[in-house]
Amino acid sequence: MSIVGKTATSGKFRRNRWLLTGVLSLYFLYTFMPLFYVITAATKSNPDLFSTFGLWFAPDFNLWDNLHTLFTIQDGIFLKWMGNTAYYSSISAAGAALFSTFAGYAFAKYSFFGKKLMFALVLGAVMIPQTALVIPMFLMLSKLGLTNTAFAVIAPSLVFPPGVFLMRAYIDDAISNELIEAGRMDGAGEVHIFSAIAFRLLMPGFTTVLILAFVANWNNYFLPLVMLNKPDMFPITVGLAQMYSTAISGTGGVLLFTVVMTGALVSIVPVIAAFLIMQRFWQGGLGAGGVKA
Amino acid sequence: MTERALRAQPRNRVIVSKTVAPYLFLAPFMLLFAAFLIVPLIYAFDISLYKKAMVGGVKFVGADNYVKAFTDPKFWEGVGVLFKFAFLQIPVMIGTALVFALILDSGVVWAKSFFRVSFFIPYAVPAVIATLIWSYLYGPAYGPIGQTARSLGFEAPDFVSAKWILASIANIAQWEYMGYNMIIYFAALQAIPTDLEEASVVDGASAFAYATRIKLPMIVPTIIVTVVFSIIGSLQLFTEPFLIQNMARSIINSNYTPNYYAYTLTFVGQQPNYAAAISFLLGGVIAIVSYAFMLLANRRIDR
Repeated sequence: MSIVGKTATSGKFRRNRWLLTGVLSLYFLYTFMPLFYVITAATKSNPDLFSTFGLWFAPDFNLWDNLHTLFTIQDGIFLKWMGNTAYYSSISAAGAALFSTFAGYAFAKYSFFGKKLMFALVLGAVMIPQTALVIPMFLMLSKLGLTNTAFAVIAPSLVFPPGVFLMRAYIDDAISNELIEAGRMDGAGEVHIFSAIAFRLLMPGFTTVLILAFVANWNNYFLPLVMLNKPDMFPITVGLAQMYSTAISGTGGVLLFTVVMTGALVSIVPVIAAFLIMQRFWQGGLGAGGVKA
Repeated sequence: MTERALRAQPRNRVIVSKTVAPYLFLAPFMLLFAAFLIVPLIYAFDISLYKKAMVGGVKFVGADNYVKAFTDPKFWEGVGVLFKFAFLQIPVMIGTALVFALILDSGVVWAKSFFRVSFFIPYAVPAVIATLIWSYLYGPAYGPIGQTARSLGFEAPDFVSAKWILASIANIAQWEYMGYNMIIYFAALQAIPTDLEEASVVDGASAFAYATRIKLPMIVPTIIVTVVFSIIGSLQLFTEPFLIQNMARSIINSNYTPNYYAYTLTFVGQQPNYAAAISFLLGGVIAIVSYAFMLLANRRIDR
């Protein structure tokens, strides 16, 4: 809000305001262009996709036909993918947020043997390349006959180290040691102090981690790509990518070009809507995690 | 609030002591951490010491896979691609994120929250979908950029040629993650107390000097953290080249990045043992680069 060293009416300030707003507007066009392209592409027929200008609508409005194809192709497999994505990511996110909160609480509010080592382990875990984890996990689970199950996608996603850092930082700030001490003086057990006092205070942090974990799982590609090979178990990401490969390889897939973009549109609309509705959670939470991590 | 909440406590509940409680809270996370992080790592290390034998089964070969990986040009070519990618992408992304965060924080522009939110939106788009959308935009026939060029009488630029492919992938990453970094810087800038601002106004410092000389240095620790995360992320590049490969088969081969190489070795080449060694080596490269960056950055700060 505040304007440093200048009054709002000075000429230099006004010039800067025009200039900088212009710079941000240009970047906005860049940000918005791909999203707009998805919208126009989803409303076109396949021939029009190739013959009309990409950043505007074709005279022939084909969105309903594309949606119809998208939801009926291969016996409605896209709907299954959406269901799978929702199923995998909601369970993973709920579990990840809950366990991160417990762990973050322990790291923030207790001193115990092995604390430093355990935290360093969790911190170091971010450096491990995905392939170093997911491929051996696949080999192990396939020996146990557990690949191609929801378990193979959900269970590994319950481990969400960024959630632990974020909750540790958040709890450090949000819950005073005096409050916990007061609870102890009154004779409350540790679990009771957590569930009756602390949990309410750390709800905003919990919600942020829940959203971040949900987005991370909604976007996940490598883990399901490796773990699943039955198309009716795919999440949207894996399914749509495969549909795209079919479309571009030209094996009878030319018809799929606009369907892939329609699928992209259908799958990003709910996430973007959720982001806009829940802005105040992620904006505050990302800040807390970023500054403190 | 404390008292009211505590009065509700049932009498006959098991009271967990202060020494046991932290372990109880940590148990679910750490057990899963062990099962899905530590155990697979140990398993990967174990299999990396073996090799498929000529006649069925495997045989112990010690460090052979690592020696082979260390001298494997396919691995180092992939590392080279990652380094080029990281040097190209991270400075541009961090730079724009910082400039935009400083502009938004200074309050000079109109529609502050509109820009803040819209720049962050791509982060909500899955990397797979973002890559698909950009592949369409890069398309020579149906991509609007190629269409515009052709209608103006130029040749459509080939975004997936050997020359431009890395820049095209970097652009996808810029589109996806710039806003995420910007939001983090913005929050850090907003957390700086305003009394500093008053002091500098008295000194007659301009808005520009205030933003760059006073505010920017104060968020350096945040910047370092985000750069380290970007380094770790870039060096694991997989999804974007894996999908773009569909339209650039001659440019992107199956060992384009080390993660891609490990994936191909496991699922196409049936060499999971060697893939495990490649993954460990990549982990080593990531750890060294991240650590080197932090050392360098911290030395600069101390000076």
